Amino acid sequence: MDLFLQLTLAGLAIGSIYSCVALAVVMIYQATDHFNFAQGEMAMFSTYVAWTLVGLGAPVWLAFLLAVGISFLAGVVIERVIVKPVENAPVLNQIIVFIGLLVIFNAVAGWIWEFTIKPFPSLFPEDLGFKSTLIGPHHLGVIALTLGVLALVFAFFRFTRVGLAMRAAAANPDSARMVGVSVGWMLALGWGLAASIGAVGGILVAPIVYLEPNMMAGVLLYGFAGALLGGVSSPGGAVLGGLVVGVLENWVGQYVPGGSELKLTFALILIVGVLVFKPAGLFGRVVVRRV
Amino acid sequence: MAFLEVRGLEAYYRQTQALFGVDFVLDEGSITAILGANGAGKTTTLRAICRMVRTDGEVVFDGQDLSGLSTERVVGLGIAHVPEGRGTFVRQSVEENLQLGAYTRKNKADIAEDMESVYGYFPRLGERRRQQAGTLSGGEQQMLAIGRALMLRPKLMLLDEPSFGLAPLIVQEIYEIMARIREREGTSMLLVEQNASIALELADHAYLLETGRVVMGGESSLLRDDEDVRRSYLGY
Repeated sequence: MDLFLQLTLAGLAIGSIYSCVALAVVMIYQATDHFNFAQGEMAMFSTYVAWTLVGLGAPVWLAFLLAVGISFLAGVVIERVIVKPVENAPVLNQIIVFIGLLVIFNAVAGWIWEFTIKPFPSLFPEDLGFKSTLIGPHHLGVIALTLGVLALVFAFFRFTRVGLAMRAAAANPDSARMVGVSVGWMLALGWGLAASIGAVGGILVAPIVYLEPNMMAGVLLYGFAGALLGGVSSPGGAVLGGLVVGVLENWVGQYVPGGSELKLTFALILIVGVLVFKPAGLFGRVVVRRV
Repeated sequence: MAFLEVRGLEAYYRQTQALFGVDFVLDEGSITAILGANGAGKTTTLRAICRMVRTDGEVVFDGQDLSGLSTERVVGLGIAHVPEGRGTFVRQSVEENLQLGAYTRKNKADIAEDMESVYGYFPRLGERRRQQAGTLSGGEQQMLAIGRALMLRPKLMLLDEPSFGLAPLIVQEIYEIMARIREREGTSMLLVEQNASIALELADHAYLLETGRVVMGGESSLLRDDEDVRRSYLGY
């Protein structure tokens, strides 16, 4: 029973990181109808920025906050400079831009920081004042911090004027423009926010998977799986989907014979399975188009 | 100079020209209707005024040239648009839709006051303020679109076929409320309609648009009495 609880709690911790990535992906998807394939690599880059700041002597929490802030600005700039010029281009062009971003971030990170694996400090102290055999301090901190961040994000969208305008701009850009919302800037803001949320995920996962330019490849895949499972049209569903994927991943690793080798395969099976049998996900809306 | 002055307005969708030099004026506090058949360029005229299509020519509102402004800036000048198809934010609540209408305004007390006044004009919206706007009936969504425009405290309202797809009784109700809004708020309105008879009843002036050109204009009574207009647009 202890093992089961340990697996489940660790799954929730890693799953909450997937939730961050899933939410970032869904936010961009809602506004643009495209997956940002570079979301993971952007988060990886943010993590390197935090690592560099720590190396310069910044306390790890300060480095975390600065990196999240820098990621926000970078997200805004990427939207304005790279994404906006192709917003009316054919779908394939846009996807290629996203994949191009992925490759560029990966290569530039390797070029600046090399491809060697680096340890990354946890944001949380080893000693939390109590001991638990069920969950380690980093995992516990991850759950608390991500849930806090996600709650903030939801409160922002739900209760603020700009949050409402961002939802409006994503759902109905023409109408949003007609009430005076600057739709272009709302998109840029969305990119900034998504980059920040991704950065939180990256910085939290780095102590677990270690820092290297490819560290987000698996995480992004699980994030996609979570987003699809929850439903790409439902931010709340994406968060829940991320958590579910994290837990399932751990269970599969332990209880399915040979499962530890099959974890990533499991994510892919989940993606394909959802797309085939329930394309709208668990909480997504089924969009019906009249033809 | 008139409150809204449109001179030589041309509009283009990519290579296709939709307006070929439209001229008309609108006086402050008045209601002007633009009538015409499908494809005459009525919607395009409204979209041209709020800078949502590529245009040529002159649009001067309250002494200010609108060409070169973004749609958001035009809205900021006090021009509210009740668009074709109502433009409802379907997943947001009725109240959130109205809040969005006041997006460019800052004074929270004023906004709250205007929200109550919208609920005064449209009690049914007040009853449904927490409801998702997409679940409203067509008539209610049209009311919501007008309410959303009112939340700007507009100097000029652009109304695109408020009668579209609605039962005659609902159309009557909505037009009565529009008349009441003009009476109380003194809002100028530019109204586009296929339903010529009801539009001519409300409007002070009217223009007739055919394939992107104004072919006739004047006081509403003048158009109402015109033989050709009667036969082609009023159907009697």
